[in-house]
Amino acid sequence: MIDYIIRRLIFAVPVLLGVSLITFILLNVVPGDPAVEMLGKHADPDAVQKIRNQLGLNDPLYVQFGRFLWNACRGDLGRSFKTGQPVTKMILDTFPTTVKLALSSAFVAVAVGLTVGVISAVKQYSFFDHASMIVALAGISAPIFWVAVVAQLIFGLHLKWLPISGYSTPKHMILPAIVLGIRFAASIARYTRSTFLDVIRQDYIRTARAKGLAERAVIFVHALKNALIPVVTVIGMQISGLLTGSFLTETIFAIPGLGRLSIWALSNRDFPLVQGIVLFTAVIFVIGNLIVDISYAFLDPRVRLH
Amino acid sequence: MEEKSLLEVKDLTVKFFTDDGVVTAVDRVSFDIKRGETLGMVGESGCGKSVTSLAIMRLLPSPPARITSGKILFEGEDLLQKSEAEMRRIRGNRISMIFQEPMTSLNPVFTVGRQISEAIMLHQKLSGKEAVERAVEMLRLVGIPNPEKRYHEYPHQMSGGMRQRVMIAMALSCNPKLLIADEPTTALDVTIQAQILDLMNRLKDRVGMSVLLITHDLGVVAETARRVVVMYAGQVVEEASCEDLFENPLHPYTAGLLKSIPRLEGEKGRLNVIEGSVPNPLNLPPGCRFNPRCPEAADICRKKSPALLEMGNGRRVRCFSRGSPPEEV
Repeated sequence: MIDYIIRRLIFAVPVLLGVSLITFILLNVVPGDPAVEMLGKHADPDAVQKIRNQLGLNDPLYVQFGRFLWNACRGDLGRSFKTGQPVTKMILDTFPTTVKLALSSAFVAVAVGLTVGVISAVKQYSFFDHASMIVALAGISAPIFWVAVVAQLIFGLHLKWLPISGYSTPKHMILPAIVLGIRFAASIARYTRSTFLDVIRQDYIRTARAKGLAERAVIFVHALKNALIPVVTVIGMQISGLLTGSFLTETIFAIPGLGRLSIWALSNRDFPLVQGIVLFTAVIFVIGNLIVDISYAFLDPRVRLH
Repeated sequence: MEEKSLLEVKDLTVKFFTDDGVVTAVDRVSFDIKRGETLGMVGESGCGKSVTSLAIMRLLPSPPARITSGKILFEGEDLLQKSEAEMRRIRGNRISMIFQEPMTSLNPVFTVGRQISEAIMLHQKLSGKEAVERAVEMLRLVGIPNPEKRYHEYPHQMSGGMRQRVMIAMALSCNPKLLIADEPTTALDVTIQAQILDLMNRLKDRVGMSVLLITHDLGVVAETARRVVVMYAGQVVEEASCEDLFENPLHPYTAGLLKSIPRLEGEKGRLNVIEGSVPNPLNLPPGCRFNPRCPEAADICRKKSPALLEMGNGRRVRCFSRGSPPEEV
């Protein structure tokens, strides 16, 4: 097991290198000079050159990339062009907020999604099944910015149950967590339903019934564990996605998380910050996938980690 | 004196209500199994054998399946009148079942031992530890080497033959009165097949149970059963003791089945086959259901259905040329 984890982490190195390289190239081919951004359009060219020298932007690209990698290995992702703060600190400052939002919406989504999915499958073609699958389809299809605004209008403006935006009390988290969780819950529900329907047609479910087990035990012991195996992948990937920040939700609800920081970094051409966030995102995904793979081994004895 | 029957199926009819129409998968099927006896049930795929067995267990998916008439008397009580809770106390306890596909009939995510002890704890009200001991004992009984270790293994760590042994251990763990074996050896290769049949025969005597052996393989029947019921397109077409059936098959379908067994001795030639294929149950031929494929079909066979004729000595046949009267509609 430990061997497996170490090996997977070693395999992650080329992935992270690739991600860094691609981001680095992309940032260098997009138009715009960070030095000009910092000093303003009408700045003195000498001052711009001075800044470019200071930032190392006049060095050959491979030197710049090498320097970035060397520093990144030591946990230093450079300083933000805009604020002058260390990028690592900016990311770590906003990350806990994103984690809180991600985990609360994931919690709601997994609980709701699994329950709805299992009931829909067990009561296939019932009213509940049809109704919940239509709602789930709507949940997946509706754009999140629209859902967010509608939720703000209804629960914030008209009913006045919940604050519309900001981030000061736990109450502020409820609306964004639900908005962010809707799509997640909907996809889990649909996925759970389809894998569950597949599982309850298997021969071993017939065996379990032939043993004299109550339907409850057949569903929750024999079927659920098998049905969960593919659902775990979906949950794992989605949580990784949520942990790297939700651009729209965080922006709409004015939550100072990683998503909003990314948008800010991009719109300000803050190269080190963008590069740092992308690398951080890649790390989160690599770890997320690793956790999914490890949890497989616990759910499915056929998967042995080699 | 007439032996008391353990299971009596009387006029069982099972219909499937599908989008394409109503299919009568099992049509007024009657047979009985005596205590300690092995009854073979033979027929091609889709003839209603498996549906009959699932009907006895009351495990048919409903919808689309519905038992529209008949009685299934088990130790004198009609299983069709039982509540679901009463049926659960019978399943896996007094009537057990093993299936065709050992590769997929065990749950892949639980150890085989757990799957056996689960049934034991459920029906025998034993403690966890006692159930484990009993499960290990069952594994030993079905000839699995090193049962204490194998108890903790998962199905994928075992071969098909081993898995079928596990299924048998599970089915017999509560000393059932009746074992329904639905094509138990079809998915196994020939040597393993013989071992499993031999195992079932030995355990049958040891446990003192009756067996309903469902198969399409007459060779399997010859080795295990005392009496045979032959089914075709949802109906019983012939019933006889094993010796009578092999020596003197009365129904042309049975005769065709016997002729299509490849033989080692005698002159070499092409294997006999029954021409044509099983009729579509949505669109059965008028008259006798076998008439389009029957070498002896006469005019009456195309117009009227033959009834099952009792010939005495437990022998029944459904064929006009053997003297069956037409069926009253």
